[in-house]
Amino acid sequence: MAAAAALEAVAPTGALWGLVHDFVMGQQEGPADQVAADVKSGSYTVLQVVEALGSSLENPEPRTRARGIQLLSQVLLQCQSLLLEKEVVHLILFYENRLKDHHLVIPSVLQGLRALSLCVALPPGLAVSVLKAIFQEVHVQSLPQVDRHTVYSIITNFMQTREEELKGLGADFTFGFIQVMDGEKDPRNLLVAFRIVHDLISRDYSLGPFVEELFEVTSCYFPIDFTPPPNDPHGIQREDLILSLRAVLASTPRFAEFLLPLLIEKVDSEILSAKLDSLQTLNACCAVYGQKELKDFLPSLWASIRREVFQTASERVEADGLAALHSLTACLSRSVLRADAEDLLDSFLSNILQDCRHHLCEPDMKLVWPSAKLLQAAAGASARACDHITSNVLPLLLEQFHKHSQSNQRRTILEMILGFLKLHQKWSYEDKDERPLNGFKDQLCSLVFMALTDPSTQLQLVGIRTLAVLGAQPDLLSSGDLELAVGHLYRLSFLEEDSQSWVAALEASGALAALYPVAFSSHLVPKLAEELCRGELDLAKGDEPTKCSRHLRCLQALSAVSTHPSIVKETLPLLLQHLFQMNKGSMVAGTSEVIAICQSLQQVAEKCQRDPESCWYFHQTAIPCLLALAVQASMPEKEHSVPRKVLLEDEVLAAMVSVIGTATTHLSPDLAAQSVARIVPLFLDGDISFLPENSFPCRFQPFQDGSSGQRRLVALLMAFVCSLPRSVEIPQLNQLMRELVELSCCPSCPSSSTAAAKCFAGLLNKLPAGQQLDEFLQLAVDKVEAGLSPGPCRSQAFTLLLWVTKALVLRYHPLSSCLTHRLMGLLSDPELGPTAADGFSLLMSDCTDVLTRAGHAEVRIMFRQRFFTDNVPALVQGFHAASQDVKPNYLKGLSHVLNRLPKPVLLPELPTLLSLLLEALSCSDCVVQLSTLSCLQPLLLEAPQVMSLHVDTLVSKFLNLSSSPSMAVRIAALQCMHALTRLPTPVLLPYKPQVIRALAKPLDDKKRLVRKEAVSARGEWFLLGSPGS
Amino acid sequence: MVGGGGMGGGLLENANPLIYERSGERPVTAGEEDEQVPDSIDAREIFDIRQCRARAGTESLFLYFPHLIRSINDPEHPLTLEELNVVEQVRVQVSDPESTVAVAFTPTIPHCSMATLIGLSIKVKLLRSLPQRFKMDVHITPGTHASEHAVNKQLADKERVAAALENTHLLEVVNQCLSARS
Repeated sequence: MAAAAALEAVAPTGALWGLVHDFVMGQQEGPADQVAADVKSGSYTVLQVVEALGSSLENPEPRTRARGIQLLSQVLLQCQSLLLEKEVVHLILFYENRLKDHHLVIPSVLQGLRALSLCVALPPGLAVSVLKAIFQEVHVQSLPQVDRHTVYSIITNFMQTREEELKGLGADFTFGFIQVMDGEKDPRNLLVAFRIVHDLISRDYSLGPFVEELFEVTSCYFPIDFTPPPNDPHGIQREDLILSLRAVLASTPRFAEFLLPLLIEKVDSEILSAKLDSLQTLNACCAVYGQKELKDFLPSLWASIRREVFQTASERVEADGLAALHSLTACLSRSVLRADAEDLLDSFLSNILQDCRHHLCEPDMKLVWPSAKLLQAAAGASARACDHITSNVLPLLLEQFHKHSQSNQRRTILEMILGFLKLHQKWSYEDKDERPLNGFKDQLCSLVFMALTDPSTQLQLVGIRTLAVLGAQPDLLSSGDLELAVGHLYRLSFLEEDSQSWVAALEASGALAALYPVAFSSHLVPKLAEELCRGELDLAKGDEPTKCSRHLRCLQALSAVSTHPSIVKETLPLLLQHLFQMNKGSMVAGTSEVIAICQSLQQVAEKCQRDPESCWYFHQTAIPCLLALAVQASMPEKEHSVPRKVLLEDEVLAAMVSVIGTATTHLSPDLAAQSVARIVPLFLDGDISFLPENSFPCRFQPFQDGSSGQRRLVALLMAFVCSLPRSVEIPQLNQLMRELVELSCCPSCPSSSTAAAKCFAGLLNKLPAGQQLDEFLQLAVDKVEAGLSPGPCRSQAFTLLLWVTKALVLRYHPLSSCLTHRLMGLLSDPELGPTAADGFSLLMSDCTDVLTRAGHAEVRIMFRQRFFTDNVPALVQGFHAASQDVKPNYLKGLSHVLNRLPKPVLLPELPTLLSLLLEALSCSDCVVQLSTLSCLQPLLLEAPQVMSLHVDTLVSKFLNLSSSPSMAVRIAALQCMHALTRLPTPVLLPYKPQVIRALAKPLDDKKRLVRKEAVSARGEWFLLGSPGS
Repeated sequence: MVGGGGMGGGLLENANPLIYERSGERPVTAGEEDEQVPDSIDAREIFDIRQCRARAGTESLFLYFPHLIRSINDPEHPLTLEELNVVEQVRVQVSDPESTVAVAFTPTIPHCSMATLIGLSIKVKLLRSLPQRFKMDVHITPGTHASEHAVNKQLADKERVAAALENTHLLEVVNQCLSARS
């Protein structure tokens, strides 16, 4: 037995000897992995490997020794977890000793030490001894890059696991590391070395007397000037180095005395990147510095920052300079003061004020804005700084406002005041009396009101914004101020000439009404109500255009101020009342007036969405009203009076649809269930009990034999049921769906059948997968197939197919591909082909009324991409197979798909479609041309290399299209001509004379917009290959 | 033609110039979108064509147009000839039927050494952007520059303009002024 065991042991050992020999003498690489694998599997121990290596480790030839140690190190790297403590001790002793060996051996020795540094079983004390040996024996910077990297790895490994031991070394460790990294040049190693220095500082290793040395050894790389070589496999970016060096430099206040002079010097340099890096580093330093560190350098820092902001041509330098000033001020504000110390913040801010103040008095000159920005950057840093600066600047600016009389100067000054006021919003003051703005309130208000009455729109606009900011300050404005403010806003809301101030006034009213609902409902709403009544009378008399627009403004003002629930309770009844009045027999209401009211209602609904209670209030109040009006209008009447029918016009219905949709989407499911239980029976059973004023001459039966007027109201049903949350159960769903399918294929009235199809699709999209859904789908498919066969309602059946397909495509339903194919088949249909091509546009676009995400439809994010990948190959195939007269249909369908796809997704796919797109350029259909050009334009910008292969075709086609009869095509073609200049210049140069000559013609185009594009395209072509471009 | 191009980075001819408001983008009217209606070339259009935007960023421009772009008023509004009031729409006269354009520009200071260069840039831009039928005249606003006549004469002389554009160095500077890419 024993003999057998011994034999077994010998056999693998024999194999081991062979492997070792192959590696060391035979210079083969394979055996190392084999040996490591065998050690891992337990075939032999590390000791046996050492024994097998025996003689080669002691060989007098350094290359052989190196090879031997290399094998051992490679095995250790893979098996360090198996080592016992005893073995580790011996190995470490061995390796430390070998560090003294020939330089050829060192790389392998370092590899071995790296393996051991990862070893958990390393006994205490050895880490220190290894590092000491390395610091003593190895001159790291004379090693190749890989080996230097190994040394950094050893240090990193020990720092991660043996922090306490290393700290025992004291400042010697720091000094040793300084020597190791001194002179490092490789960016890969620098990233690791910076990381180590950062850890040294942040983990509080002792730096001893070596702070300045450590600073020198790292700061010599500042500012980083490194451009990665092209095709760099290591992927180190300049930005990586900048950030890791910045982390080191800004990690401790102890560097401050050395770093700040360096930063000041580099900000003053001429190189843009050095300026930016210095300012950003300064910014980072302020997070850890205090007054002590900054004290001596403040004047120079301020001088540099001021100069940069005043004089720079670069927006980034300006932004970084302001950010640095901001954090400097924040840093000074943060420091705790000793009682006897001078407050640096005060003197620093006084300095800034002294240098900037006088520029604020010259609102025409260029330095006014840089000065204001500097002051605002400092003021934004802390409440104390803000007080100090505003208490100095505000009186000055208020005085300047009155000194300067021109509107544009006043506007600049007010804009600066606005900037300072906005800063105040950042700080909340506990004590009401301490608020620094209180003292200026009256002056500010009178100034703002002066601006609001100024004839200059620009000044008015700034005044309105300032008013909004003043209003947002808690408890600043008195009720008297508010009444005045509301009066001004009311006046501005009815300004005729300029729409800008009017829009701004409405916005400000909305913002302020949310804060001061009482002021607005007592001073503004009654005035608007009065105005509305007057409007009704005027309208009844017959319109004048000015009165009409006044009426419109009034409606918009009403919806704009409905930002608070209590105001909605006043404005909504007003609007509904107005709508009723408009439809009372006595008045001749035009379509546009009714639509305007609906738009106002919709805006109110949008504002209610945020608050569930207002949302329900709106829904409950407005929807029965709208339905009642519509049902009333749909009743067949003998004396066909005009105003009632207004409500049944397509545009008016569309406006009502969006009101109902907006009022429904945000309802909570249980409230929505209450509502659905009344509205569905209204349409299915004619149950009108919940409508106000519900005495109608005959029954409401839109799905039965009702008049076409009644059928049109299905659009309103659609708006409601398609906006409900998915969890709301719809009563009588089965019957509803059957009625909808029936109506959708009814040939009498296209708009009601489309509404029915949309409604059906909207409901289908939300149904959970299951038998019920399958049944409805079958129902629809049968109906479509029956309808598509030659007959009177082919186009209705097609519409149903289109909408059902869309509903399914959006939710990735498996049947969608089948329906899409059916649709594609119709592209070659002589009658429906062009409509089918346009249908693709609908499939890819977002609807506004049904199947929207807001309306809780199931819309998968990537549906367009998916549709593209699933169907474009088939479309392309279809195009090639199709006969000449229907080919444009395929191109058009394809154009729609490509056009709607997000450009980044489209770009990688386009090169495969390129030949087709080039062919499409010759298609005579304007839609195809336009869409193809809009596909090609980004492609020219993004993939110039691919496109340059086709430059000949592109130039001639684009030039051809630049004289197309359609203006949009001409513009797009010229934009493509412009984009062509992105192609490599040598490819374009042969065409330059020809293009410049050809583009002279559109310069004289009869349309200005075309000429504009021609000018910019031709200008770019002139620059091609010219010096200085 | 270019004089005094060698100003150092720190020194500006005019460090704190007056700034004028920029007119916004020209709004597109319904008529312009209507395929049928022809729009005639008007002063505003010439004004828009000829806005040589001296944008920040191109280092070498610092040397030549320091007073134009050396500092920025507002990050959203890099200084342009317009903001410096070098060109104004009222100083553009155009007649589409007669095919003539006259542009007057105003140097920021009476001794501005860049006047010829600005004039040349405007001229080149117009040559590239207007139909050939137009006859164009670029000159300094009367009474705004010390050597007004000399500059006007140079700009009016076709052969000198052509010769100037054969000077690569000069063409480079002009192209930089006209380059829309920043």
